Amino acid sequence: MNAPASQEALPRLEVRNLSVAFGTAEGRVQSVAEVSFSMAPGQTLALVGESGSGKSVTSLSLMGLHARSARAEVAGEAWFVRRDGRRIDLLAQPESELRRLRGNEIAMVFQEPMTSLNPVLTVGEQIAESVRLHRGLDRRAALARAREMLELVEIPAAAQRLGEYPHQLSGGMRQRVMIALAMACEPSLLIADEPTTALDVTIQAQILALMGRLQKETGMTLLFVTHNLGVVAQYADQVAVMYAGRIVEAAPVHGLFAEPRHPYTQGLLACLPGMARHQGGDAAGPGRKRLRAIPGQVSSPLAPPPGCAFGPRCAQRLAACEQAMPELRSLPGQRQSRCLLSHEEVSA
Amino acid sequence: MNPTWKILRRLFARRVVLAATLLLLAVVVVAVLVPWLSSADPSAMDISARLHKPSGEHWAGTDELGRDVALRIVHGARYSLLIGGVTSVGAVLLGTLLGLLAGYFRRLDAPLMRLVDAMMSFPDILLGIALVAILGPSLWNVVLALVIVYTPRVARVVRAATLVLRELLFVDAARALGVRTPWILWRHILPNLASPILVQLTFIFAYAILCEAGLSFLGVGVPPEIPTWGTMIAGSLDYADRALWVILYPGLAIVLTALSLQILGDGVRDLLDPKLRKAA
Repeated sequence: MNAPASQEALPRLEVRNLSVAFGTAEGRVQSVAEVSFSMAPGQTLALVGESGSGKSVTSLSLMGLHARSARAEVAGEAWFVRRDGRRIDLLAQPESELRRLRGNEIAMVFQEPMTSLNPVLTVGEQIAESVRLHRGLDRRAALARAREMLELVEIPAAAQRLGEYPHQLSGGMRQRVMIALAMACEPSLLIADEPTTALDVTIQAQILALMGRLQKETGMTLLFVTHNLGVVAQYADQVAVMYAGRIVEAAPVHGLFAEPRHPYTQGLLACLPGMARHQGGDAAGPGRKRLRAIPGQVSSPLAPPPGCAFGPRCAQRLAACEQAMPELRSLPGQRQSRCLLSHEEVSA
Repeated sequence: MNPTWKILRRLFARRVVLAATLLLLAVVVVAVLVPWLSSADPSAMDISARLHKPSGEHWAGTDELGRDVALRIVHGARYSLLIGGVTSVGAVLLGTLLGLLAGYFRRLDAPLMRLVDAMMSFPDILLGIALVAILGPSLWNVVLALVIVYTPRVARVVRAATLVLRELLFVDAARALGVRTPWILWRHILPNLASPILVQLTFIFAYAILCEAGLSFLGVGVPPEIPTWGTMIAGSLDYADRALWVILYPGLAIVLTALSLQILGDGVRDLLDPKLRKAA
């Protein structure tokens, strides 16, 4: 398995059967279940889903970064290929080993650039910290590296910004700093948890373009957690759609948008304003089209339905849907779907 | 403009804060320099000059043993400031450590904070009396007792602030960079605690001076031969009906110093509170 020849063919990250449950006062909550995906080096996988669908929990589990207050039960495997070619299971690593990986080989960009920088440390000090930690550089060399990183993320007057505090920077600038921070040690896997959600649309586009450029230059693998399908269409190679803690559909990005197979994905795409226009908007009069919505709401994680989690909201529900959770089955075109309908089409 | 200068200007925008600071500076300077300014012994008795009124020779009069009250106040400032300073620094160090641990590590929270609650359920002066009674009356035992009295107060404040800080994303971001927990506490949490700690420092300085005076007045504080402001009042109280100055001037010294510290503490708090900053 460690043979160098096969290294290129191995996925950078392969997650198998990840499940995460939290013990809460109201009972055990299965936050993520049966999540499997794999990411080839240099690829971008978008993990899509609404709030509470388990996408952030999935990314935090890979980093071993659950809130210290939460009692998380994590099961499954996450095989990560390190720089030196060794393949390790992230979920089985001791904390000390994970700490060596974090910020070094696996980095993370968070959603809120306003609070993810320490207000009392200068931007330069914060970037330098990571480099000093993982590369053992001295203060001067680390600050030089920090400056280099600020230039890389296209921050003007980098030398001057180095000595500034986060409150002196705009939201877009702060997110650039966060990216510089994450990229400082040249990670091979970057997890971006809704990196543009808190930014306005023009800044979003700039940040996404920047991340795309950096990815191309460094060849890093990008796990992109988002609920923004427009962003997904533009930047992802592969998409995995999550609903109620499970992947319901996974496909290459073109296939997913051209021909969604799972009713939830179909519903999500129908909700997009652009899509409503294409469909001719059957719900409203001429001129203005009403946006579609998926009826109902996500079932409580404390009392999940016995069958398909999306069943209660699905217009194409079958009797069998309420019996048992459909499995995630492979379909032609390198895609997978967790829906009986799509399974039938294949076997028919 | 120089940032330090800017901060000072904001702090002293209120004249009363400036006045308090100048007064404190004067007290500190006099207390530090007095051994070089005058070789007179504050404990030198002159029985022929008992309870003299304030005059050109004795600015604040003399006490029942003919000792110069003004000279004793100045020397007393050395002890009172020493007690207040060491107590506040000690209580802040210990309280910050406890508060940080209790706030960051949830397992330690309940045991540490119940201990703190138990300590805080005693009135300051009562706890002080009890501790000095156990430790025995000496200058350093009084300081130790006062540190124990005021540590819980700091621990509470620091714990509350830490509880807020630990949930902020930059702590998670630091963990995501592979930073070790002790370094997160030292480098990421502690600097953010600077303002509440600084405010506590000035308040406890004032409380400690007051409490020491109270303990000495009750006879369980610093031994009477050491001239602190508290021991001066306690020693001369019996003569106050005939010679008010023997307690008036040390009392004024206590009131003005403690008040100035409180005002300065308020000023620092207002300066560091972002909610009040915009109004200023």
